[in-house]
Amino acid sequence: MTRLTELTLAQARDALKARTLTARELTQAYLDGIAALNPRINAYITVTAEKALAQADASDARLAAGQGGPLEGIPLGIKDLFCTEGTRTTAASRILGDFTPPYESTVSGNLKRDGAIFLGKLNLDEFAMGSSNATSAFGPVENPWSRANDPAKRLVPGGSSGGSAAAVAARLALGATATDTGGSIRQPAAFCGVAGIKPTYGRCSRFGVVAFASSLDQAGPIARDVTDCALMLNSMAGFDPKDSTSVDVAVPDFAAAVARGVKGLRIGIPREYRMDGMPAEIEALWQQGIAWLKAEGASIVDISLPHTKYALPTYYIVAPAEASSNLARYDGVRFGKREPGADLIDLYEKTRAAGFGAEVRRRIMIGTYVLSAGYYDAYYLKAQQVRALIKRDFDLAWEKCDAILTPATPSAAFGLDEKHDDPVAMYLNDVFTVTANLAGIPGMAVPAGLDANGLPLALQVLGKPFDEETVFAVSGAVERAAGFTAKPQVMA
Amino acid sequence: MSYTLEGKTGPWEIVVGLEVHAQVISNSKLFSGAATAFGAEPNSQVSFIDAGFPGMLPTINEVCIAQAVRTGLGLKAEINLWSRFDRKNYFYADLPQGYQISQFAHPIVGKGEIEVTLADGSTKMIGITRLHLEQDAGKSIHDQHPSKSFIDLNRSGVALMEIVSEPDMRSPEEAGAYLTKLRQILRYLGTCDGNMDEGSMRADVNVSVRKAGEEFRTRCEVKNVNSIRFVMQAVEAEALRQIEVWESGGTVDQETRLFDTARGITRSMRSKEDAHDYRYFPDPDLPPLVLEQSWVDAIKASLPELPDERRARYLALGLTPYDVHVLTLEKETAVFFETVAKGRDAKLAANWVTGDFFAALNRLKRDISDPPVTAEHLGELLDLVSDNTVSGSLAKQVFEAMIETGKAPGVIVEERGLKQVTDTGAIEKVIAEVMAANEGKVAEYRSGKDKLFGFFVGQTMKASGGKANPAMVNELLKKMLA
Repeated sequence: MTRLTELTLAQARDALKARTLTARELTQAYLDGIAALNPRINAYITVTAEKALAQADASDARLAAGQGGPLEGIPLGIKDLFCTEGTRTTAASRILGDFTPPYESTVSGNLKRDGAIFLGKLNLDEFAMGSSNATSAFGPVENPWSRANDPAKRLVPGGSSGGSAAAVAARLALGATATDTGGSIRQPAAFCGVAGIKPTYGRCSRFGVVAFASSLDQAGPIARDVTDCALMLNSMAGFDPKDSTSVDVAVPDFAAAVARGVKGLRIGIPREYRMDGMPAEIEALWQQGIAWLKAEGASIVDISLPHTKYALPTYYIVAPAEASSNLARYDGVRFGKREPGADLIDLYEKTRAAGFGAEVRRRIMIGTYVLSAGYYDAYYLKAQQVRALIKRDFDLAWEKCDAILTPATPSAAFGLDEKHDDPVAMYLNDVFTVTANLAGIPGMAVPAGLDANGLPLALQVLGKPFDEETVFAVSGAVERAAGFTAKPQVMA
Repeated sequence: MSYTLEGKTGPWEIVVGLEVHAQVISNSKLFSGAATAFGAEPNSQVSFIDAGFPGMLPTINEVCIAQAVRTGLGLKAEINLWSRFDRKNYFYADLPQGYQISQFAHPIVGKGEIEVTLADGSTKMIGITRLHLEQDAGKSIHDQHPSKSFIDLNRSGVALMEIVSEPDMRSPEEAGAYLTKLRQILRYLGTCDGNMDEGSMRADVNVSVRKAGEEFRTRCEVKNVNSIRFVMQAVEAEALRQIEVWESGGTVDQETRLFDTARGITRSMRSKEDAHDYRYFPDPDLPPLVLEQSWVDAIKASLPELPDERRARYLALGLTPYDVHVLTLEKETAVFFETVAKGRDAKLAANWVTGDFFAALNRLKRDISDPPVTAEHLGELLDLVSDNTVSGSLAKQVFEAMIETGKAPGVIVEERGLKQVTDTGAIEKVIAEVMAANEGKVAEYRSGKDKLFGFFVGQTMKASGGKANPAMVNELLKKMLA
């Protein structure tokens, strides 16, 4: 018999419904895996084993009574940026101390409502700021994959949702919530050989999600495959009156769209995404993806997104600006960590110096600078104008195509010891992904192949606002064509 | 003659602009569902949004938006159908989010104006620059512990309207008149209760001085002045300070100051160099606020009568300017007066309300919202006077009895037999008795001492218990004494 943790979310759901599997058995299998591997992978900051088993028993009771929601009994991990009522929420920062929210984020609440079981809180870059998960105050996460030619070298899982991607890849969760501000779902999904989608801005509520950059942050799932992502997103999405930027549109059956096929779809290939110095195997993978979709009946269109080269600098103005303001509330006055000070200013300085890590401090300083009197027009305002142009690039592109295919990342996972002394090199990880956040459009990373060292590589599918269905359809086609069956070296 | 302050170098003109923070009347806060009642236990009206907890997001309270629009319409101002909320970033212990949500670049209300009436009866237009919505901060309490500060977040997130005037005022009196009028309009509209002692209306006073004909000189801002009287005092004190600085060869530096009410002077709070860089930027948690013209029109259609219109209507009724002023000052007074005057002689009603009724309010230390006599009862009393059921002097007795008992005037007149005597025979009988008891005085009168007529009127009224109709007493006395 297959190991329980090898079941996909869809398979587990069916087995639970059929009562050939209990939620307790499934949850216990994941908890066993976590107990065995988390000390090494460090995907979880907090494991809530007892609560998970209690939830599992409740799910089993409901399932036995022929009841239960769409995700009844499915054990998930929750990125530790989502506030969870009664369970410590850290944002992987020291500054939150032992903060235990007395409220539940809308997205995690929606999953609970639909019967999901929470195994614990997943590691991330501090306040979701990073592309390697190395900025976490709770230590780095290790990618369960390793290089064939250097199996001892520890690799990053990507970030900021490194814990989410690593947990799903190592079978420490059946699926995970994640957030994506500049690529934080798609880049780690790509590095760990799993699927992840950042939905349209406004599709999932941000209520109860610790804010990084409010105009860019969006929650989404990371899961074993495209269908599992669709099933999770179906539960996570939906209008929330508690988030003014949440959009009141119907949530379609995303899972049904996965098998739709791409016949007749026009797939845009943006020439500006062919970067100088891009590794040949990334280019080859992209060509392979184009060939697969062509073979499935899609037409391929060359498109231009002329402002792409400004996306990264624009992102690194807008995101820190918003973050510098969003993180002002961590002041030691009402909750979280407090370092005593001689006076109020001293308390602020000591608390924030002790509470925030280097990358968070760097971004707060950049953000404060670009919003300052005399610099606002040159940086923040200019960035907003460029952002509007980037969005317009996509609006014009949609006249020619229905979805866009690009590489997800400029490389496969790198070493835990690489790139950390050069923040700009680190920021380049987001080069293919930030545009979707700036434009507010959905984007999905789908595992599509391996590099020469046996590390996973992914393609990215971008879609029109609120047209996740097409994104799922194209991603489903890529997934079927790629037949990605490789597994990480470290797995429960 | 315009107002000036005399310095060593001659007269100085003063220039005043006001920024008024008016707390919006609304059951809940601007961006959270928490309550807004004054005087509640500290930190009992605080949602996680107001306390700036992680992941909390603001959502706009439509009532507060409507109140701002209503106020804008009352100030005859432009309503901006597209406005936006910005973050004003600064650190303080009672500012939980580390920023205040305000409207910096695109306020909900644009230019308007207020007409003020000055003591000499003249009027002046004061321009309104803008009105915007913003959240209040919490309150820091520094005097409860030797080394600690206490923080009450009940006020955190409460909706404020910041109403900014043009620098159009030229005297403490004009500043006082502007604030009085603004407060009156807000109270008429029901958008702010104007209770300055509870902090629901506060003013930042911008003052500069100049010689006649000059451009504006540097201004200073006196923060958070909490009464109309203090605003007028602060204007003068700050102007005098600036005059002294200029005249002693110095330069007035732009700065923020505080008014020391005990000493009647302003003190420096922070200089321009220490001024915050607020790093305003659009709040990404709140999409731009877009209003439908039809929604604004519906609010406009529901506006109550405003002080200026009401005043014009009262003047047209023939009331004196003084009566009009005191009757329209507070909306509640005007409503009371109109109930009394309904279907009756407006001047008579005005006399009673501003006369005996106001006197009773003062004497009993009561408020128009808690009157000792209802407007309906006072109206009924006026009817009894008009149809000669009671005389003017008896009416005053009845009024006092109404205060004591709370009963209707008709009931009191009936119970106490205070009904005016208009029966000729009955009055003649009383006069005859008075004449019989004062035979000597009758003789003196008849021998030419006309002045004694008043004595006989008094005696007759007294003998009738004040109930005889005075006109008839006069008439019959003349006849019987002849």
